[in-house]
Amino acid sequence: MSLLPSTSKEPLWREEFSVFASDERHVTRRQFAKFLTLASLGMFVGNLWVLAKAYFARTPSFPSVEVGKVGEIPVRGVKLFTYPTPKDHCILIRSGEDEYVAYSQKCTHLSCAVYFSAKDDRLECPCHQGFFSVRDGSVLQGPPPRRLPQITLERNGARLLALGVKES
Amino acid sequence: MSNLERSKQRRGLVAINGAITFIIILLIFQIWLLGATLETFLAGHPGAVLPATIFSGLGFLGCLALSVFVTRLDHEPRKP
Repeated sequence: MSLLPSTSKEPLWREEFSVFASDERHVTRRQFAKFLTLASLGMFVGNLWVLAKAYFARTPSFPSVEVGKVGEIPVRGVKLFTYPTPKDHCILIRSGEDEYVAYSQKCTHLSCAVYFSAKDDRLECPCHQGFFSVRDGSVLQGPPPRRLPQITLERNGARLLALGVKES
Repeated sequence: MSNLERSKQRRGLVAINGAITFIIILLIFQIWLLGATLETFLAGHPGAVLPATIFSGLGFLGCLALSVFVTRLDHEPRKP
């Protein structure tokens, strides 16, 4: 890889694999600078990839889906469901007599499945001990950088409907 | 080698080391920028992605310019 045409009469391979040790430091510096520039290009391409993801990602649609019935699960009990697609696993928690909350089960750290600890009243990720509040999904402890996405619930008679996902 | 040539070579060496240091600083900035961009994007704030990409592109152009500078300067002492 050469950024400029060589100014010396020697062929490039002879410059890169120099006979004299004193010339080697020149080559090493140049190669090092090229390597760093290549890494810089990699970072830029990474940013472009995120930009492409941001602009061309499909806007998810959130259908109204029944996720359970009122009184179906006991107080401090849980029910697992999927929303909005069958690949998105969620957890419905009956946190009080008449209180229901639901969150994505995917930990915001490394996507392990979180579970509800009734004893400690929090959502726990067993992989790296990340804990989330059951009230709003905020991070209580551990490496997760963001709160859990919360599923918007609506009570329609005896039915509990999922209406959308609220990101942090 | 005359004193003038030696002094010129030393100045060239300092310039090359300085340029490489700048490249490293720019690269560290770009690494941080990519991490921060990904984090904000995943947090549901895509508005920061475009400015971050522009700054990353500027960082890359800076690295490229410095790399060209290093290559050009490094070739100079071996001109016939």
